[in-house]
Order: sequence, then C-alpha cells, then structure tokens
Amino acid sequence: MEIFLQQIINGLVQGSVYALVALGYTMVYGILGLINFAHGEIVMIGAMLAISSLTALLGIGTPPLLALPLSIGLAMLGCMALGYSIERIAYRPLRHAPRLAPLITAIGVSIVLQNLAMMIWGREYHSFPQLIANDPHNIGGAIINDIQIIIFVLALAIMAGLMLLVHRTRLGRAMRAVAENQHAAQLMGVDINRVISVTFMLGSALAAVAGMMISANYGLAHYYMGFLLGLKAFTAAVLGGIGNLRGAMLGGLLLGLIESLGAGYIGALSGGVFGSNYQDVFAFFVLIAVLVFRPSGLLGEKLAERA
Amino acid sequence: MTNTAHLLQLSSIGKQFGGLSALSDVSLHIQHREIYGLIGPNGAGKTTLFNVITGLYQPSAGEFQFDGKSYQTCKPHVLAKAGIARTFQNIRLFANLTALENVMIGRHVRTRAGVFGALLHDRTTRNEERAITERARELLYYVGIEKPARTLAKHLSYGEQRRLEIARALATDPLLLALDEPAAGMNATETASLKTLLQTIRNSGITVLLIEHDVKLIMGLCDRVAVLDYGKKIAEGVPEEVRKDPAVIAAYLGAEPEAHTSGFAPLASLSPLAGEDPGERVVDNV
Repeated sequence: MEIFLQQIINGLVQGSVYALVALGYTMVYGILGLINFAHGEIVMIGAMLAISSLTALLGIGTPPLLALPLSIGLAMLGCMALGYSIERIAYRPLRHAPRLAPLITAIGVSIVLQNLAMMIWGREYHSFPQLIANDPHNIGGAIINDIQIIIFVLALAIMAGLMLLVHRTRLGRAMRAVAENQHAAQLMGVDINRVISVTFMLGSALAAVAGMMISANYGLAHYYMGFLLGLKAFTAAVLGGIGNLRGAMLGGLLLGLIESLGAGYIGALSGGVFGSNYQDVFAFFVLIAVLVFRPSGLLGEKLAERA
Repeated sequence: MTNTAHLLQLSSIGKQFGGLSALSDVSLHIQHREIYGLIGPNGAGKTTLFNVITGLYQPSAGEFQFDGKSYQTCKPHVLAKAGIARTFQNIRLFANLTALENVMIGRHVRTRAGVFGALLHDRTTRNEERAITERARELLYYVGIEKPARTLAKHLSYGEQRRLEIARALATDPLLLALDEPAAGMNATETASLKTLLQTIRNSGITVLLIEHDVKLIMGLCDRVAVLDYGKKIAEGVPEEVRKDPAVIAAYLGAEPEAHTSGFAPLASLSPLAGEDPGERVVDNV
C-alpha cells in the first residue's frame, strides 16, 4: 500500500510536468496542424538557461528567494524568444508546403538545438543548485518533498491560468478561431501570424517552466534530456487527444501515473526479470496502444484531416 | 484620391491561376448605401472576385480602391480593418465556439487588448471585454437569433448559422458587407426574412454586395446588378435591364454564337423549345 501511494505521488508530480510540455505540443498542433518535434529541446534549453542564470545570480550574492523567480523569468523569456524565432525562421516559410516538409524541418530544428546546447553547455551533467531545505513529508508512509509539492501545485496553477486565458480572453478567442478556420479568422480582422507567434511563445514559456521543474526535481540537466522527455510529452498529448488542451493535461497526468505504477510493480509482476529501469518502455506501450485502439485520443474528436 | 464618391471601385482586375484566367479586366464601382448584386453561371468568377476584394487572393492585374484608398496586395485582416466584411458560400463559422463568441471574434478588429492585457486582465481589458459581449448580444438579437447565446454554433439550425455569419461580419463595423450566396439552401420563408434583414442593414448605412443564385431575391432587392461570365463582366445595370440583356440570356441558356453577335432580334431567336412564349425566356431560374 505504501508503495502504491508513493508511486501515485511520484506519478502525479512527473505527470504534471509532462502535462505542461504536452500543452506546448497540443497548442501548436491545434493551430497549425504541425507536430513541433523541437519542443522537447526547448524544455532542455529552458532547464539549461534556468540553471545557468540561477548559478550566476547566486554567484553574485543574490538571495535565493529572489534568484529563483528571476531565473524562472529569464528562462521563460529566453525560451519565448527561441520559440518565436523557430516559428519565424523554420516553420513560417513552410506554412503552405506539404505537411511532411515542416515535420522533417521540426526534426532538423531539434537536432540543431541539441547540438547548439552541447556546444554552449558541454556534454556534462549540470546540477541544479540546492536552494530550499527540501524537507521530506510523510503521508501515510509515502514520502513527498517540498520541491515535489511546489512542482505539482505550480503546474496545476499554470494549467488553470492557461485555461482561463484560452476560454475567457480576447487573445484566447482569437487562438481558438485561428485553430478552427484561419481564413475566416483573418476576415474577422485576426492577424493570424501574430496569433501563431503568441502560441509558440506561450508553449515555449510553459516548456521553460517544465524544464526548470524537471531539473529541480532530479537535481540535474543535460543537453540530451529534451529528446526522451519530448517524446513522452508527445505521447501524453496523443493519449489525451492531440489538439485538445484538456486532453494534454489529462494525458500528461495519466502517463505519469502509468509510468510510475508500471515501474513500481514491474519487478514483482515479472518475477524480477524486468526492473524499474524499464520505466521508459511504458510510455511507448501507451503510444502504440493509443495509436492502434483510439487514434483520436481519450478526449479527441474524430481526427480531422488537416491541410 | 479622386473617387471618394464610390465606396468600391475595381479597375481592370485580373486573376490568373496558372494558365487559367479566372477574372480578366473586370471594372465596376459600387456606390455608398447601395445593394449591388453579382450574378453569373457557375464558375463565372464571382467568388474569385470576392476573394480578391477581401484579400484572400492577390489580383494578377489591376487594383481596387476602397473608401478612397488604393489596394493591390493586402492582407485580409487589414481589409477587414478598412471596412470590408464577408460571409462564405459554404458556411464557415467557428463551429466549436458559441454563437456569442463567434460574434465577439468579429469585434477583434475594433478592439485592442493584447497579450499583456490578456495576462494581466486589467480594468481596461475587462471593460473592453464587457463592451464586446454587450455588442455581440445586440447583434445576435439584430439578426434574429433567439437561441441562447451560449449555444455552440454547430448546434444552430442552418438558417440561424447563415444569420450568425452575417452577425459576425457586422460585428467588424463594416462599410461594405459582402455576402456570398446568403440565401443558398434557404426555404421561401427564410429567404423572405433574409431580404428584410438585408434591407434593414442597408438602411442602417451599410453598403451590401451580394452574390446570389436566387434571381427573385436579386431582382427584388438589388439597386444594380453586374453579370460575370468566364471571368468577364458581360452586363451591368438595374435588374430589369440586365434580365433582358441578350448576352446575359446567352450566358445562362447557351445561345448560338451568332444570335447575339448579329444583334438579330435576340429574344425571338432564343427559343430553342418550340411553343414557349419567348417573353418567358429571361433569366429567372439559375
């Protein structure tokens, strides 16, 4: 029972980060019908920027409680600029190209970003500075620490804020309109290029926060961390129904839980043949199962063919 | 600019798609507070012309002036801001937005709040949002949609969807409202109330440009009519004249070429079916 509770907690924390990243995939897909495979790399760069700026700020004697929000802000700004540039340079010229072209470009961008990060930050692991005491709390035998609580609560707050933004504001209305019909939205005076740019920047800001959360949780960041994370978050988005915001949140949390419970029990269930190092396999089982049995995802409508 | 007398002035507009000439040398002008009809057989280039003046297509030749300014290549949202609003032949509402939200989108062009307004949700943004909502409700009432404003657009009836499209276009505060077959698929009652609505809109000071296949509606509503065929303007004038124009009849019914080039009693010669009253050979059912 304690193991079960512990895995639920771990799963929810990990899942809330997947959800934030999955939102970035799903927002871009909803508006452009494009799978931005470079998104995982943006998460990685967000983590790197956060660690670098945090280390630098602490180095000049900034108090931790000031350095933390400052570095989150810097990472978000950096990633927003990055997301904007990627769309501007790599995707916008291909807006009307066959859909395979932007997809391959996205993979290309991902490789470029990975290598750039390797050149800037090197191949070694970077450790996230210890800022808060990070006391463990005991809930019914399961352990949850301060960082995990902060991650979970912050992620939920950000998701709630995003839902409000999309459903209650002029900008959100424009985003939904562009997602449904670009021509009609333009004729209503919506500048679609602007809306698309803003969408990329919002997704990238979420990615930056997610990158910071992950590196804070594991205490580490690495130039290659975005690849697997990106694939898993993409799986989460597909699981929930790509293009659907609620789906991305649900898919993220579910995938976190599946992974964590799977890793917790696979040892016992397979009689010790497989260990928890097989954790990563579950995400891809889920991806395959969803694609075979419910390609539109849990909350997705009938998958519309998008030009 | 010299032609401020006309709201819209097209000068030798041409549009090529590869080797196909969809529009060639089309010139026409629309006056303020006029209801102007655009008719022509299928494929004549009517919708192409709409796409040109709303910025969805860039003309290959010519230019147009709207409200005293010249446009040649221009983005749709800029023309929307200049005061051209349109509806589509096949309804293009935002199906998963509510009726109210569809109209609110139309206010986008006349409002300002940007990213920061959305994030901060400050007083200006809230007031603006309230004003948008109020105006959108008025417009829903104005076009006669009685279902709750929170109904998703896809759950409205066909006639209501057409009206909602008009409300959404009106929300942009247009000078020119361009309607692409607004009566398509409507029954007689719906068409009649559409006619009343369009007259009300014109009386409120908005110029209306109309593509329509319902000739009865065109004849009863429009001040002037232009006829396109194979991308060329073949006739223009008050409905009664246009209706009797030999070139128009030929375009719709497919005349012998010499019938109208010779100028030889065209109406009489256009009676392919013996025994029919030649007086009935006018364009009335296309």
